[in-house]
Amino acid sequence: MTTTTVPTVAALALGDDALALSHRLGEWAGQAPVLEEEVALANIALDLLGQARVLLSLVGDEDELAYLREERAFTNLQLVEQPNGDFAHTIARQLYFSTYQHLLYAELASGDGPFAPLAAKAVKEVAYHRDHAEQWTLRLGDGTDASHERMRRACEALWRFTAEMFQPVRGLDADLPGMESAWLESVGDILRRATLTVPEGPRSGAWTAGAGRQGLHTEPFGRMLAEMQHLHRSHPGASW
Amino acid sequence: MATAAAHDTARTQAYDARDSADGTGGDTAAYERAFDSAVAADDRIEPRDWMPDAYRATLVRQIAQHAHSEIIGMQPEANWITRAPSLRRKAILMAKVQDEAGHGLYLYSAAETLGTSRDELLDKLHTGRQKYSSIFNYPTLTWADVGAIGWLVDGAAITNQVPLCRCSYGPYARAMVRICKEESFHQRQGYELLLALSRGTPEQHAMAQDAVNRWWWPSLMMFGPPDDESAHSAQSMAWKIKRHSNDELRQRFVDICVPQAESLGLTLPDPDLKWNEERGHHDFGPIDWTEFWEVLKGNGPCNEQRITQRRQAHDEGAWVREAAAAYAHKHTGETGAMGA
Repeated sequence: MTTTTVPTVAALALGDDALALSHRLGEWAGQAPVLEEEVALANIALDLLGQARVLLSLVGDEDELAYLREERAFTNLQLVEQPNGDFAHTIARQLYFSTYQHLLYAELASGDGPFAPLAAKAVKEVAYHRDHAEQWTLRLGDGTDASHERMRRACEALWRFTAEMFQPVRGLDADLPGMESAWLESVGDILRRATLTVPEGPRSGAWTAGAGRQGLHTEPFGRMLAEMQHLHRSHPGASW
Repeated sequence: MATAAAHDTARTQAYDARDSADGTGGDTAAYERAFDSAVAADDRIEPRDWMPDAYRATLVRQIAQHAHSEIIGMQPEANWITRAPSLRRKAILMAKVQDEAGHGLYLYSAAETLGTSRDELLDKLHTGRQKYSSIFNYPTLTWADVGAIGWLVDGAAITNQVPLCRCSYGPYARAMVRICKEESFHQRQGYELLLALSRGTPEQHAMAQDAVNRWWWPSLMMFGPPDDESAHSAQSMAWKIKRHSNDELRQRFVDICVPQAESLGLTLPDPDLKWNEERGHHDFGPIDWTEFWEVLKGNGPCNEQRITQRRQAHDEGAWVREAAAAYAHKHTGETGAMGA
């Protein structure tokens, strides 16, 4: 063990992001539009769960943190807790988040901070997630009229959750403003190639600017946690 | 190798026969001889080889049913992904369900070598013209069911499937080699899950015992009807698609499970289960074949739910597959690999 102090707030924020999104993707199992996507979505969910476990373990016991905290103590982005919706919503959420995660982990991997070892491994996984989201954004945006319309609606619906990713997080030593412009450029480029336009609405609202990071979540998140934590909480102290 | 040489000769004869045939099947007898000697020599039949129509139909039916079982089989386990009680167990379960989708993909590919298509087979599943394993019509009511499925259901599947690694049809046999490796891993994980519960709190132990009570008999039914009522068995064994009878495999499974249950600290719900010194096997009680046939006819606890969810996923995904095809058409001039 090194003597590096783990920035607890940052580790929890990144860990909760991965945990919540992994859970949402896990809900797709057995429901995907094509078998190849059963494999791909489960694969991405597993990568994220792996990241969550490493990050939460930096802070404490992974299961205590995942199963015994209440909604107000979770600091994940509101973006990742959003319900799956249709496949376009899931892909838009993946596009926004994986682009952010890829930029963030690439930067963390290149430094020598406490997250560098995790980031070095995760950045490879996230590059695959980003590619998957990009390919599907292109297919749906530039596919049929119906898929274009669904993808357009999904991109717009989730747009207001995207500014939160670039709010400062204590202990996260990354150039978030610089990352924000790179994110806008990258996502904008993919949307244009997908024959979609960059949404015009606000990227945050009174409640979405940094709210998830402060433990202020959207309503579906509480139900998600109820389902996730129920069994663990029903058997206090048991090991599994 | 003598068997390979025999098969080469047989195959050459078959090709010669085909070349000299008038294209109307007048030389079927020569093809049949080549096929029979390849099977007799324990060699593999490959997609381009001549094969009897009934052999092809049997394989399509069996491989499709196997593929369908993998993808319907995702549902009872996926039912617990969002409620898995620890992150480690959640990761294991997600990986397992992902493997099952992968097994479905291998098996549809193997079936496609026989001249059908995944879309056609899925359509037959969705319209009830092809079946899947009846075991997946039972519900997963507690977390321990995930362990019981791993230990008993995957255990029964492995007992059935290991001999298929030597099946006479090459693409099926090769798919089974890969699948069996992963299945035996899942089976050990299921056993380990039950062991943790059995050694856990009294509530966890009771949960494990209840799951084993509910899954034991349906697992024994996975080997199919008794030998004297099995419609396809004799022909499948002659063709070396099948290597052992249903009852032989069922007995083998019981003999494997008894000591495992003991070391798990769990009992099997059969008062007639006991070692028979004379036979060198365990005797076990009668199976409720009425229940088996009812589930097979569609009257099990989850038949309706399973097929409805599968159809729904397929129908709701139609626009996605259409988008992928349209995009591929625009950008590569191909119709795309996603089907429609």
